[in-house]
Amino acid sequence: MLIIACPYCGPRPELEFRYGGEAHVARPVDPSTLSDEDWGAFLYQRANPRGLHAERWRHVHGCGRFFNALRDTTTDFFAATYETGTPRPAGTPADGETSR
Amino acid sequence: MIIVGAGGHGLATAYYLATVHGITNVAVLEKGWLGGGNTGRNTTIVRSNYLFDESAGLYDHAVKLWEGLSQELNYNVMFSQRGVLMLAHNIHDVQSFKRHVHANRLNGVDNEWLTAEECRDFCPPLNIDASTMRYPVLGGALQRRAGTARHDAVAWGYARGADARGVDIIQNCAVTGIRRGPDGAVTGVETSRGFIGAKKVGVVAAGNTSVVMAMAGQRMPLESYPLQALVSEPIKPIFPCVVMSNTIHAYISQSDKGELVIGAGTDAYTSYTQRGALHITTHTLDAICELFPMFRRMRMLRNWGGIVDVTPDRSPIIAKTGVSGLYVNCGWGTGGFKATPGSGHVFAHTIAKDEPHPINAPFTIDRFRDGFLIDEAAAAAVAH
Ligand SMILES: Cc1cc2nc3c(=O)[nH]c(=O)nc-3n(C[C@H](O)[C@H](O)[C@H](O)COP(=O)(O)OP(=O)(O)OC[C@H]3O[C@@H](n4cnc5c(N)ncnc54)[C@H](O)[C@@H]3O)c2cc1C
Ligand SMILES: [Zn+2]
Repeated sequence: MLIIACPYCGPRPELEFRYGGEAHVARPVDPSTLSDEDWGAFLYQRANPRGLHAERWRHVHGCGRFFNALRDTTTDFFAATYETGTPRPAGTPADGETSR
Repeated sequence: MIIVGAGGHGLATAYYLATVHGITNVAVLEKGWLGGGNTGRNTTIVRSNYLFDESAGLYDHAVKLWEGLSQELNYNVMFSQRGVLMLAHNIHDVQSFKRHVHANRLNGVDNEWLTAEECRDFCPPLNIDASTMRYPVLGGALQRRAGTARHDAVAWGYARGADARGVDIIQNCAVTGIRRGPDGAVTGVETSRGFIGAKKVGVVAAGNTSVVMAMAGQRMPLESYPLQALVSEPIKPIFPCVVMSNTIHAYISQSDKGELVIGAGTDAYTSYTQRGALHITTHTLDAICELFPMFRRMRMLRNWGGIVDVTPDRSPIIAKTGVSGLYVNCGWGTGGFKATPGSGHVFAHTIAKDEPHPINAPFTIDRFRDGFLIDEAAAAAVAH
């Protein structure tokens, strides 16, 4: 079981959380002007990297809030957790790089 | 031609390229060992009672090939049509399974509804005493032609058959790049053992598909999750069939070695670690113990995980790609072992002819642009 640091509540067991998929996938401002290609990509294509992954989690059995995390998918090690609406922390490696 | 990945699907593809299309100048490249991916980690449930016409066509094509496979390969893949029973625990399950039974019949796929008592008669270890259960058994859907097969034998049988016809199977050879010419078409692959030129490359890399396709600049509608399974200590034959419960997340069969083979749903988050969290396993065992109280004192021998590549509609992709000469067979998620022969057969056709076989024609990447999903996920939320 992972120990996940909710930015609002601190470290808690994985059971208190729900996974929310890739982070920073912004909904296009004006979907009706988008090509089918771009709309399909927004809905369905995902980075799915081997290595660091920016992703959303929700502390469902705690404060109930969404937040973002950087986790290495080759080790499940969390490099950072940070509040929703804030950008990916500066100085962290790019998607697919390893965290250590 | 190059096939990336020597799992069952990649090896079957090579086998049918050789036997059906007479193409033997083929290398199957495997970063680990033959059959060491999901093929060697799966719980071997084979069935074809999927809801939609496209899926019924694809999975039943595979079951028909399974029925003759030991003869075809002259290798005993131990295909055992012992029946797969899917349990219903609530009104939604009952309605959904009956809908499946009717849809399957229209597609010529056998599937029948059993009452709870009939379920118990078909599988005597099953507990149907509602007073002892949090989720009573209300009935089940039984596909009698469904069952299990020996996973390693499938990989070995296809590998031997392909090898005998001149296909090269190269283990410990990881593909690290996809090289393309000035026109964008594939010219070969970089590997941990050097460059290999090829005009056509078929990617059959299961959980690592996104990583391999990124080498050609292709983003995929895939996410990779750990899926776990476990086996018990071996015991005398006790369990006659396969039982699945999607609602309480468990399924079980008994291998010919005597081990109970148990599995459930994926872990919650994407990962490439080939292991998962223990609480998923204990949740599965809670369900097994409620359904089969006689197994409460059994000891579990080992557990493991594989990485499954999941599409948004839980149906596979077997298709050409945006890159000329690059083909992909992926997205089988938690349930592709059952399709191994059919998948290899239609993917070989797709590569050899540069166009899909009618059976896999709907399983494109473009369906996620065009909205023609084959939404087995919404229809049933099924695994395996
Ligand atoms: C625990 C578990 C239980 C399952 N139970 C069932 C079940 O009961 N019924 C069912 O139908 N399905 C089941 N599945 C799903 C099934 O195992 C898969 O859908 C199926 O085996 C996929 O076959 P494959 O040949 O495509 O994949 P794999 O056997 O995983 O083969 C892909 C191969 O590609 C190789 N590869 C990856 N990247 C590279 C690279 N860069 N270079 C070279 N090689 C590479 C890998 O090493 C691997 O050997 C289960 C899966 C798991 C993990
Ligand atoms: Zn919290």
